[in-house]
Amino acid sequence: MRFFFLAISLVFANLTNAFEVEERAFFGNQTGKSKLSIISTADIKYFAPMIELFLERYPNYGIDYSVVSSTDVMKVMYSKKTSYDLIISSAMDLQVKLANDGFAKTYKPNIDITIPSWSIWNNMIFGFTQEPAAIVISKTAFKHDHFPRTRQELINKLRENPDRFKRRMGTYDLRRSGLGYLFATQDARATETYWRLTEVMGQLETNLYCCSSNMIEDVVSGEIDIAYNVLGSYANNHPLSDKYVVIYPSDMTTVMSRSMILPTSSGNERSAKLFIDHVLETVFVSSTQRTMYNLSLSTYEENSLNRIKLGPGLMVFLDQFKKQKFLAEWENAILQTEKR
Amino acid sequence: MKKPIVKGSIKRRLSALLTIVAAIIAIFLYFLIQSVSRQIAQSSQDNILLASATSIIDSSRFNKGELSIDLPYSSLSMLDTVTDERVFYSIKLDNKFLSGYKFLPKADAFETNNIAYLSGNFLEQNVRVVTVKRLFSISGQPVALEVSVAQTLNGLTKTLANTSRASLVVGVTFFLIAAVLSFMLARSAVNPLARLTRSISKRGPKDLRPLATSVPTEMVPLVSSLNSLMLRLEKSLTRSEDFITEAAHRVRTPLTVVRAQAEMILRHLDKPKNRKHIKEIIRAIDESSRAAGQLLDHAMVTLRADNLVLEKVNMNQLISDTVERLQPVADLRDISLQYQFFCQANVVGDTILLQNALYNIIDNAIKYSPVDSTVHTTMLSSKKTYIEIKVNDTGSGFTLDEPSRLIERFKRGENVEGIIGSGLGLTIVHEVIQAHKGKLEIKNLVGGGACVSFFLPSH
Repeated sequence: MRFFFLAISLVFANLTNAFEVEERAFFGNQTGKSKLSIISTADIKYFAPMIELFLERYPNYGIDYSVVSSTDVMKVMYSKKTSYDLIISSAMDLQVKLANDGFAKTYKPNIDITIPSWSIWNNMIFGFTQEPAAIVISKTAFKHDHFPRTRQELINKLRENPDRFKRRMGTYDLRRSGLGYLFATQDARATETYWRLTEVMGQLETNLYCCSSNMIEDVVSGEIDIAYNVLGSYANNHPLSDKYVVIYPSDMTTVMSRSMILPTSSGNERSAKLFIDHVLETVFVSSTQRTMYNLSLSTYEENSLNRIKLGPGLMVFLDQFKKQKFLAEWENAILQTEKR
Repeated sequence: MKKPIVKGSIKRRLSALLTIVAAIIAIFLYFLIQSVSRQIAQSSQDNILLASATSIIDSSRFNKGELSIDLPYSSLSMLDTVTDERVFYSIKLDNKFLSGYKFLPKADAFETNNIAYLSGNFLEQNVRVVTVKRLFSISGQPVALEVSVAQTLNGLTKTLANTSRASLVVGVTFFLIAAVLSFMLARSAVNPLARLTRSISKRGPKDLRPLATSVPTEMVPLVSSLNSLMLRLEKSLTRSEDFITEAAHRVRTPLTVVRAQAEMILRHLDKPKNRKHIKEIIRAIDESSRAAGQLLDHAMVTLRADNLVLEKVNMNQLISDTVERLQPVADLRDISLQYQFFCQANVVGDTILLQNALYNIIDNAIKYSPVDSTVHTTMLSSKKTYIEIKVNDTGSGFTLDEPSRLIERFKRGENVEGIIGSGLGLTIVHEVIQAHKGKLEIKNLVGGGACVSFFLPSH
């Protein structure tokens, strides 16, 4: 092992703003001059291979990797108290907001390969994964493997067997999960069936979750049969993934992209730029090396992909009026029994 | 001929003037296109900003005095379609901030349709802002809802860079085409002048008729003056020629009479002393007569040299004719005249002048040769484009250190005693040869004798 691994839970408390570091790890040479501190929403487990690859190329670097929630990323940035050299986040809307508000430095990646246009916005945000939202269905849920392939098919199956699936479904609680909110707004934007499905899920008293991993755990344990809008990358990498099928709806699959930002407050700009180049080169050229970052989506119809576009359009759903209205409608649909 | 004093050129001045005009127009065109395209780019940006702001304000509803705004996704995403842009918006009700970016500057120079534009700065970015205002009524009270949308200028800057390049190309292309055209124009403007020059220089020296070339109005005065000048010139030339002929007669005729009288007196005289006196008179008369003849010859040569009557001259014929004419003079002194041709040659020149020149050279040779000797005339071609005509004698040669000084007027050698001469012979020869663009060489031969040779361009 070329790095020493340290998973700790710390609370950085300062007078005005508190944010919670869920995990923290140090990689590489911590005594050298070349340092890079990363604040990220991705688990250490998930991102460590990429850092190891970087240290193979540049052994003299020392990397400090902190995992926080996406809302805490915003807190850190807006408080301007602690400075990090690189932000990695799956909350595309918040990344756009950060860049739009002037927290991102523009950088033209110094790489020889051409990268797809969807991955870069304004030379400020650099997307480097494509992670589809999937429907995870327990293998015991349907006879003869007649699994639904589209949202409409799912709605039909649910309507046909309302008793079978009562309280046996799960999806994100949009009030608690930024990613869930992002997926939901994009679904609603792209297809009308989203609201019908939500309506049906409301009638079936669907369970609400904070995160993809909890939904997968509940499917594995048999607590629920169907989980809607689960991160496909998590579902595929679960050790007990043979218990369920992962379905990418063929009517429309929403695809999210994790992205990097070089903050204007970065103290080690050169290191951060080097790291950005490294990540882009790794995922867009030698993606065969690590399946975790494999961008090949050839198994899905490219046409049915709804790739969430980095850009100011995402800020629409952050508008307080819009968010209030959307959540009100969503609650109205999903929480039918509570109201009665 | 004296070279004309040159000051400037009509063609150059005209084309320079036109080129400067073209350059001014090209620069003007460059700025015009740029300013027009800037306006177009600005107005297309304004239009899309306006569409965005309008779509937001259209999504606002008052429900029981409660404002709800359902921002359409496209309201912000449309601003980012072509180029990545940072986008800012702010929603205010009666100047009270509701949503978006609180400190975004708003445009407040409202036009009649409640729309205002502003170019400003926000978050250290140059932005274009549009503000749309709409009045609502809440329980009878009017309230103003204002939506401002702003965008960074990436796309605009890019478009302007492109059009700037394009307008530069247009300007430069226009200039190049105009420059070529103005050059052609200038050339065609001076064309009538060139035509006139050609028609004048094509004329023979005796051709002093009025010009018949058609010319543009501007050149009519020039042609009229030229015609009148030529008329006067013709008159003056005729007068000069008449004068020369007249003078020749006036001088020569009395001299011939005096000489004849003197000869008659000589025949009647017996005393040797008297005969000697008369002989001296006759000699003086001969000398005067010859001098007068040569003076007239010289005047004739000078006049003709300026207006050569060019024609094809067969030099072989000319040499043999001249030698034949001088044969009687040579016979008097028992001198044999011989000629030899190594080539057949024609030159373009004035027959009378060339004949005169050769006559003078051979006559000189005869005069200065001892009795019973030979004068050789040879013609050979030299260096293909020139012919050389050489006259050799076996006399005492030139006595001057620098024989070429003999071509000066009235300059004679030192061994001229007893020989009639005016000192104009070689001067005449030299002027003739010069008028024909030839060359004269005078030298002494090794072992005695003189050699006069001249070179003429052959055709």
